[in-house]
Amino acid sequence: MSWFSLRRLRALLRKEVIQMRRDRITFAMMIGVPLMQLLLFGFAINNDPKDLPAALVAPTQDRYSRAIVTALEMTGYYRFDHITSSAAEAEALIERGAVSFVVTIPSDFDRRIDKGDNPQILIEADATDPAVASGAISTLGQVASEALLHESGQEAEAADAARSQLEVVVHRRYNPEGVTQYNIVPGLLGVILQMTMVMMTSMALTREVERGTMENLLAMPATGLEIMLGKILPYLGVGAVQVALVLSAAKALFGVPFVGSLWLLLTGVFIFVLSLVLLGYTISTAARTQMQAMQLTFFFFLPSLLLSGFMFPYRGMPVWAQVLGELFPLTHFLRMIRAVMLKGADLTNVSAPMAALVVFVLAYAGIALTRFRRTLD
Amino acid sequence: MSTEPAIRVEGLVKRFGDRTVVDHVSMDVNRGQITGFLGPNGSGKTTMIRVMCGLLTADGGTGTVLGYQLGRDTRRIKSEIGYMTQRFSLYEDLTIRENLAFVAGLYGLRPLRKVVDEVLEGLGLSSRQHQLAGALSGGWKQRMALAACVMHKPRLLLLDEPTAGVDPKARRDFWEEIHHLAAGGMTVLVSTHYMDEAERCHFVNYISYGKLVASGTVEEVIAHAGLTTFLLEGEMEKVTAAERMLRGMPGVAETAPFGTSLHVVGRDAAALKDSVQHVAAETGTRMSATETSLEDAFIRFMSEAQDNMA
Repeated sequence: MSWFSLRRLRALLRKEVIQMRRDRITFAMMIGVPLMQLLLFGFAINNDPKDLPAALVAPTQDRYSRAIVTALEMTGYYRFDHITSSAAEAEALIERGAVSFVVTIPSDFDRRIDKGDNPQILIEADATDPAVASGAISTLGQVASEALLHESGQEAEAADAARSQLEVVVHRRYNPEGVTQYNIVPGLLGVILQMTMVMMTSMALTREVERGTMENLLAMPATGLEIMLGKILPYLGVGAVQVALVLSAAKALFGVPFVGSLWLLLTGVFIFVLSLVLLGYTISTAARTQMQAMQLTFFFFLPSLLLSGFMFPYRGMPVWAQVLGELFPLTHFLRMIRAVMLKGADLTNVSAPMAALVVFVLAYAGIALTRFRRTLD
Repeated sequence: MSTEPAIRVEGLVKRFGDRTVVDHVSMDVNRGQITGFLGPNGSGKTTMIRVMCGLLTADGGTGTVLGYQLGRDTRRIKSEIGYMTQRFSLYEDLTIRENLAFVAGLYGLRPLRKVVDEVLEGLGLSSRQHQLAGALSGGWKQRMALAACVMHKPRLLLLDEPTAGVDPKARRDFWEEIHHLAAGGMTVLVSTHYMDEAERCHFVNYISYGKLVASGTVEEVIAHAGLTTFLLEGEMEKVTAAERMLRGMPGVAETAPFGTSLHVVGRDAAALKDSVQHVAAETGTRMSATETSLEDAFIRFMSEAQDNMA
């Protein structure tokens, strides 16, 4: 009896595909969940919110203040709903959450500029959600000083001209408009694949054990490799459908630019999906029940979502968290897909994440095959 | 080769944690025979069968199955035996045909379509082949499971309580099928705790608390028990009274009521006869000597094993 027989694998594959098709709810979920997630997250998540309500406290409405306000509004981040001369009123506004920012321009502001002193502006940001304020704050210093530079020019006429042609330049590479979707949507592909692929395959063996069919399967002459391939290969097909779905939506719905090679991207996605189904299968060799498999899957999900750089900037994490993040295929996948899709990277640029993904594939396959219990012990 | 038994195990031991489920069992299963494997629930029958088909690894002892070494030639053993699990273990969400095609595919049978067609026809399920297996009744599931595990014409068939929860007619048909297979040269090992089924076997092994207690033909096993049996007959109240009186009397090991008669079993024939005669006179029941049944013998084995455990 050989270690591998195509005929046996074909029998296993056919059985798995029939079972998958017949489980209507699960099958619908495998297509429906990605679509739902994509639409929800794609449209809802925005790490760089704009048009935030702000209050201006300016006792004197001098030309410098007006220049700064105009410049700030032009960044798109600020919307000055409230202009007041009372600091107390502004304080109340930010306290009850009516505004996210209070910009205070002191009464001696114009005098200090004219005298050549260092003028000061106070920006109070509602930092309960730091992500809300970060983009707005980051542009602020630059914008304000530029506005003043123009405004404090020696001649009045020149200053007026400068004010009318005031330009705010925020330079962001690869995502010039700072559109969150460009970052989120490719990442979502990874998250969606991870969610469905790992969860489905993690129940592959436990389902057989719980239904009592494992005993019969093991009593028949199928090898561990054949059973594993029979379990994971059908999900590569499901993964392909999801990839096509998300990539088309990325282009059609969100207009995410696609500058790199499609083949390179698909190769990377394929290796990633392979690592996921193998990971799921590995989980199913360790879990005894479907419930346990589910719990193990979620135990894996959360850190991978948080530490991979999908939710929070990878570079913002402390070193130990970055090291942990390296342990998740999603981390490497995100680097690969963002580089290829948005930056047009070629194979040499993404060889490191690609190699990491291959390592995951080999490691998971190795663990799964050695862990697979050929007996009921 | 042909005289070598289909299964020979020696000193087989299987433990789960610190519980010894199979305790130094040695036994043979002769070729071409139907061997019954008997014992109460939890006696280790299923574990033994699983060890013999390579689903569990033994903690001690040696054995050969169809000449292959247990624990070493597991894959060869798996491909040459048929094993029917106690619980229905085909796929309820596949149709009858898909299940059979799956099994046939795993054994590499060709041409697949024709093999499956033939099995379906033999089962009389051709018209229902596209029904889900889960929709079948217990009796049909069992027939289908049997058909699935003899598809590849194994030389040895292991059946683990195949008729549990099946009606008498289906059971009879099932046994007819087994005898038919054995007549064709297949060796069969079947576990059961139905006495009428045990009596249909050429050879029986009785296992209790992981130990082999008796083995031989049905007659040999009964003789081995060394029991004398008397029958007391009369009206229900009298029989009930007789049973109450007999309990604990010298020579009386077991009593078992069968409607209006009472089986009284004991090892010490003389003492038993005295006791039964005394009770018969007291209660006004008719007494007669009868043959010891296999069931009487097994009940005795069971309580002896229990005594040994205590």
